[in-house]
Amino acid sequence: MNVIEKLEADQVAKLVEGKSNPEFSAGDTIRVNVKVVEGTRERIQAFEGVCIARKNAGLNSSFTVRKISYGEGVERIFPLYSPRLDSIELVRRGDVRRAKLYYLRGRRGKSARIAEKTTGAAGKAAATDRAEKAAIKAAAKA
Amino acid sequence: MRTGLIAQKLGMSRIFTETGEHVPVTVLKLDNCQVVAVRTQDADGYNAIQLGSGDAKVKNVSKAERGHYGKAKVTPKKHVAEFRVSADALLDVGVELEAGHFLAGQYVDVTGTSIGKGFAGAMKRHNFGGLRASHGVSVSHRSHGSTGNSQDPGKVFKGKKMAGHMGDRRVTTQNLEIVATDGENGLILVKGAIPGSKGGWVYVRDAVKRALPEGVPFPAGLKSSGSEAPVAEEKDQ
Repeated sequence: MNVIEKLEADQVAKLVEGKSNPEFSAGDTIRVNVKVVEGTRERIQAFEGVCIARKNAGLNSSFTVRKISYGEGVERIFPLYSPRLDSIELVRRGDVRRAKLYYLRGRRGKSARIAEKTTGAAGKAAATDRAEKAAIKAAAKA
Repeated sequence: MRTGLIAQKLGMSRIFTETGEHVPVTVLKLDNCQVVAVRTQDADGYNAIQLGSGDAKVKNVSKAERGHYGKAKVTPKKHVAEFRVSADALLDVGVELEAGHFLAGQYVDVTGTSIGKGFAGAMKRHNFGGLRASHGVSVSHRSHGSTGNSQDPGKVFKGKKMAGHMGDRRVTTQNLEIVATDGENGLILVKGAIPGSKGGWVYVRDAVKRALPEGVPFPAGLKSSGSEAPVAEEKDQ
């Protein structure tokens, strides 16, 4: 490992310490909790949308989230290891066959939907997750 | 005036600060940076320190150079440069400098040899606009256009910006901030870009246009043998 790679690996290790972000890939719907500074106080703002691209490059890793806000498409690129990111939540796993979903930019409404992944390990995890949530809801009702 | 350092540019990276900002940094490495010779007012008419950096293979060093290094009792060096210093900042021959010579937050000037671009046209070299894409322009879309007047003065003035060799010259970037130093691995992290390619030798000096911060090791940050250097490092942390 050369000096710069080592420097960056050390920094990544330091930045992920105490954080547990879910595994996610392009097609997944995620909620990114961003720390926002307003004047002097700091609060957390959520940005929820579809992850349309991931860039895996060590410390320079990033991901792109796209959502439709008031009828207008909005995309934000987040550095994966930025200390400004409070947490990332996985909302829904999408079934896609491409790594970069740039084709979503030209689509609207029905054609811009992504089917939920129901097969494989991810599908199983999603199913158990759903069952758990349903159980909690049922317990709360009863 | 303190001496500078000879360092090797390793490349660029980024640092995330605690507040969440990211700082682009250039990573410089000290490679066995030692004093090879000292020039004094009495003997040479000026005060300077000759530093050498990097270990050269003995077979690649000329006999004359070998004699020079032998006299200083240092290993043969890949790169040698002189730094002008004030009389009170002269060092002993053979001492090794370390990254703690600079403090985090301090400003430095960095000199390097810029990346060569070869024979470049006026558009690339001087940011000329070139000629139009249409309206009768043929062949010379990227040419420089007129170079002056007519019969009076009847010549092209000296210094006229034209096509020619670009890059591969000595370039100094002033007022760069030191983000961090790592004395153990001999690394200096400087904010922003530094002239030259990866692996190129650069000279790092205290900034001319900024006041020196307090606690900077004087006359220099020396490795192990120097008593000032570790003290300054503690202050740094």
